[in-house]
Amino acid sequence: MSLINLTIDGVQVQAVPGTSVLEAAGQAGIKIPTLCYLKEINEIGSCRICLVEVEGARTLQASCVTPVTEGMVVRTNTPEVRQARKLNLELIMSNHPQECLICPRSTNCELQQLAAELGISELRFTGAMSPYEPDFSSPSLVRDPRKCILCRRCVSVCENVQQVSAIAPQERGFDTVVAPAFLEPLGNAACVNCGQCALVCPTAAIHEKDQTGEVWAALADPEKHVVVQTAPAVRVSIGEMFGAEPGRVATGQLVAALRKLGFDRVFDTDFTADLTIMEEGSELIKRLQEGGTLPLITSCSPGWIKFIEHFYPDLLPHLSTCKSPQQMFGALAKTYYAQKAGIDPSNIFVVSIMPCTAKKFEAGREEMNGSGHRDVDVALTTRELGKMLKEAGIDFNSLAEEEYDSPLGISTGAGVIFGSTGGVMEAALRTAYELVTGETLPDLEFHAVRGLEGVKETSVNLNGTTLNVAVAHGLANAREILERVSGGQEYHFIEIMCCPGGCIGGGGQPIPTDREIRARRAAGIYDADRAMPLRKSHENPAVQALYKEFLGEPLGHKSHELLHTHYLARQKY
Amino acid sequence: MKSLAELDKLREKLRQEMNVREKDHDVTVTVSMGTCGIAAGAREIVKALLEEMKEQGLSRVALTQTSCAGLCQHEPLVEVNRGNEKITYINVDRDKAREIVKKHLVAGQVIKEWTTPERS
Amino acid sequence: MEMYRSHVLVCAGAGCISSACKSVQSALLEHIEENGLTGEVKVVETGCMGPCDLGPVVMVFPDGVFYRRLKPEDAAEIVSEHLLKGKVVTRLLHRPAGNDKQVAGFDQLDFFKKQTRIALRNTGVINPESVEEYIARDGYRALGKALSQMTPAEVVEAIKESGLRGRGGAGFPTGLKWEFTARAPGHPKYVVCNADEGDPGAFMDRSILEGDPHSVLEAMAICGYAIGANRGYIYVRAEYPLAVDRLEIAIGKAREYGLLGDNIFGTDFGFDIEIRVGAGAFVCGEETALLASIEGKRGEPRPKPPFPAQAGLWGKPTVINNVETLANIPPVILNGPRWFAGIGTEKSKGTKVFALAGKVNNTGLVEVPMGTTLREIIFDIGGGIPAGKKFKAVQTGGPSGGCIPEDYLDTPVDYESLTKLGTIMGSGGMIIVDEETCMVDLAKFFLEFVQEESCGKCAPCRIGTKRMLEILERITAGNGRNGDIELLEELSAGIKNSALCGLGQTAPNPVLSTLRYFRDEYEAHIRDKKCPAGACQALLTYYINAKSCQGCGLCSKVCPAEAIIGEKKKPHVIDTDKCIKCGTCKQKCKFDAIITV
Repeated sequence: MSLINLTIDGVQVQAVPGTSVLEAAGQAGIKIPTLCYLKEINEIGSCRICLVEVEGARTLQASCVTPVTEGMVVRTNTPEVRQARKLNLELIMSNHPQECLICPRSTNCELQQLAAELGISELRFTGAMSPYEPDFSSPSLVRDPRKCILCRRCVSVCENVQQVSAIAPQERGFDTVVAPAFLEPLGNAACVNCGQCALVCPTAAIHEKDQTGEVWAALADPEKHVVVQTAPAVRVSIGEMFGAEPGRVATGQLVAALRKLGFDRVFDTDFTADLTIMEEGSELIKRLQEGGTLPLITSCSPGWIKFIEHFYPDLLPHLSTCKSPQQMFGALAKTYYAQKAGIDPSNIFVVSIMPCTAKKFEAGREEMNGSGHRDVDVALTTRELGKMLKEAGIDFNSLAEEEYDSPLGISTGAGVIFGSTGGVMEAALRTAYELVTGETLPDLEFHAVRGLEGVKETSVNLNGTTLNVAVAHGLANAREILERVSGGQEYHFIEIMCCPGGCIGGGGQPIPTDREIRARRAAGIYDADRAMPLRKSHENPAVQALYKEFLGEPLGHKSHELLHTHYLARQKY
Repeated sequence: MKSLAELDKLREKLRQEMNVREKDHDVTVTVSMGTCGIAAGAREIVKALLEEMKEQGLSRVALTQTSCAGLCQHEPLVEVNRGNEKITYINVDRDKAREIVKKHLVAGQVIKEWTTPERS
Repeated sequence: MEMYRSHVLVCAGAGCISSACKSVQSALLEHIEENGLTGEVKVVETGCMGPCDLGPVVMVFPDGVFYRRLKPEDAAEIVSEHLLKGKVVTRLLHRPAGNDKQVAGFDQLDFFKKQTRIALRNTGVINPESVEEYIARDGYRALGKALSQMTPAEVVEAIKESGLRGRGGAGFPTGLKWEFTARAPGHPKYVVCNADEGDPGAFMDRSILEGDPHSVLEAMAICGYAIGANRGYIYVRAEYPLAVDRLEIAIGKAREYGLLGDNIFGTDFGFDIEIRVGAGAFVCGEETALLASIEGKRGEPRPKPPFPAQAGLWGKPTVINNVETLANIPPVILNGPRWFAGIGTEKSKGTKVFALAGKVNNTGLVEVPMGTTLREIIFDIGGGIPAGKKFKAVQTGGPSGGCIPEDYLDTPVDYESLTKLGTIMGSGGMIIVDEETCMVDLAKFFLEFVQEESCGKCAPCRIGTKRMLEILERITAGNGRNGDIELLEELSAGIKNSALCGLGQTAPNPVLSTLRYFRDEYEAHIRDKKCPAGACQALLTYYINAKSCQGCGLCSKVCPAEAIIGEKKKPHVIDTDKCIKCGTCKQKCKFDAIITV
């Protein structure tokens, strides 16, 4: 392909055809400020901050959506350009509440940062403000249209990456608002609570529902025995809240920090991830042997579950009946653990630290009370935990590493890889192979199911039977796979994760979360796996003990009661 | 519609009627329709002219009326205007009217004997 | 078709329909039957004839007599006198402003005489529901000619050579648009007719659709042939139900005659047209927003490039032309590009339809050659300003345009000259304002419009126009501040330079042009808290002229604020602190004693 030659700020630049002026400038080391732009996700030129002067053009051009052309002459730093950018930013700010000091995104707000970068020192424009009130109707997310700058990133993510389209611009002109159709509250919409919108929001116009107060209250309550579980993906991202590099494995510090916060027991969702493999693996083998509904599709991801309930209810029989590891943990904490520790389950308060906003919704699902109580009391996101630690003055990065408590804190590498796309599949294959063949896996790393490609497929030979498996992450990719299933393609087992990259890219993760950060967190996950002495779920001694002491056998009566669930068909609108 | 020629044929047919709306008629035929004219049967003359024009497939001819022309004793009167030429037929009846169309309008022959008497 | 000696054309444009032309029409039919004229006289319903304020209007052929402001009662006389006896009914004729006599022939009226009708050639002349009448007036001959005697490239070349430019706003050369689309890789290609007419006051597109729908269909088929498209869409707003009806009838008839569908004129070329009804969002007139709307998405613009010629409807190469542009196509093909290029000015060829509105005697639609002066349009054709008031300015181009003051009335109107004056041709709206119009208020009106019609996608248009409107609101309310003019100028420049689409980029034009020509009015509002035109209520002060006041007390009786005091038979006084400026006293005073300053 021949390169395109252009001049940016007097510098000769070459770029591949189709490159935007913004990217070409970036490659030449020239930074153009942006606001609505989000690479590959939202390239619509709506904020008009990245304006540049293009010789011959009638007006200034938004560099994020202007493709390079041969001989183009671009100037990114003229008085006219700077003035126009500033004016547009001032206009945006004139319709944004000036309450940075009490805003959940304070110090991590792109608008705030841009105002500083462009040197806005005065609020010259005042007038009417967006007339919409915050929407607290969703169990997972809070919409605050007052703070919305209508960059549309959330809309693009919801419509294109997730293909859910729960929110879209409504009304026109100054009254434009991003909201569910007919301005319905988000809680009534076909929103899957994935929180990808919150992850890309440059301000606090959409953010997780803050439940830290409930956790502080439980911790302060002497009657309560407060136990915490940590999802696999949190250990490779929580450090980012304190300035660490993405993907740094901080498991020991995470445990230490939670103890410092005052949790009575610090457990690990990895434990129930291993347990999930035992249950789900047995379910797969059973369906294969008894001619049950195939392919079997994983059920760990609550956003994915709500998605299939809304959009593909006819495919619900394909879902594994296994609860997610979070919910298995809650059910066991208030039964098995309560028994073992001799604590009244009604005094046990289960907190989860999740990379996920949909987990808040899942914890509140009516059927999630196998223990006779609400299994999980509060699900916090990685971001909320970060805030609590900061509030408590805990200097995360300088903490000495500590170990999880027993028995619900004991896990294998198979449990930890649940945090990344392909991980559940890989963990299942490690166990299924050995259980079906009775042989030890020569190489337990299944690289075909790793990585950030949207849909991954492979086949595994189990004692002469070929097992066709597929992995998808991000709901647009999930749709793709479901269409293939509906189209008759033969799969036996499919892993679907709601969020791009799997849980490491979850809607509750630190902001920013982009493709590169996802890749680094995934690398961290596989590092953590390799560092584990045990890497196969069926070798987890605590899981083995659990079956021996309490559950009996996989898919047994107790499992059925505590670890399995059912689903319901929901409306699309 | 199979060809431009077919369209043109259809158009020619349709134009006959539509030409009433053109202002650049080749010929204007005017019938006097004062009380005297109507009493002398001018209405029938109008109808006869129109019928014959239809039969002859004439277009670019305007058929209009006017009020009393002052020649009451010669009513019904039919005036044919073509360019600067003006011919007035007097004491027209239905048959004469049809002849005027055939001879004068179609063939271009003025029927001298029915025209206004020469005045000295 | 039957032959009749007389045709009575009843205008059934939307304007005349609302002034009850239908009842006039049925009265005419009734009397025609009563007088035994049924076989001789035909009543034809046509599209808009143009002079809308005179409606219901009727033309009687072959004489070409023009009757106006008819009531059903007038029908009897028209039939018994004119249709039967050939006597024109003088009292129903129009007497143009300044004339001392009524005028009978429509072609004797300046309003018609000074027009050159190309786009409107059939509008008001034919029955829009009759494809036969269209064919009788050379309809579909251009399509036949193109298909049987020209290559697609020759058609494109002819349109290029004619110099025809888009009549919907920016004036882009139509032939070039066709050429780009014809050459663009990708298949299928589409022809889209932009019938989302939205400028306040402009209704030429509606008029063409209602009065001559086949001209648009024929042009779209010609375009399809030229660019290699077999499908067209007409995007028409739902507020034009009559246009939609007549288009549907026209499409049906054209299909019946094989003028749409497969193998048109016995060739391999096939073309068909679908109507898409939009909800009348102004922004959907912007081509990329229009395409989004046809595709079923929220109607909002996207950045260009890619242009629709490269990636239009469903990502395929697409020509988008507006109605008036298309209506010009068949005559260009039939009469040849040179004929068309011989009309108009150097860079603006052909004619333009203008919609005259506001303070002008003859409101309605007029079509004149490019290069006709504003004075000819407004005073000769439009008949000047009513009630002896003084002309102040003419606003052209709708909300994206600007106003032109008296000094420039002799400007020949074309794309370039209007741009030079700080306004645009736009779709051809012309709103004439007189001395009683406040120019700040006028700018506010247009800004209110664009503000409400902004799609809300880009920040400068969404928020910037709102802030501008707020500033104008405070100026007209008497709360203007020093620096407001400068702020308006800064916002205008910024929005013009950075908005995403044409709507946003041109939104400040009404403010900029009024600032350019009437800056003193802004200053008077801000500095002196006065509205020189006496239009801004909040800036008026009501006084009683003691010399004229007879002390009748009526004003004090009607004043809702009890602000007027005075003894009987003695001059009254208004307490300006209590006065709420409602104007009731002024309306009621029989002696014109109440004045506003």
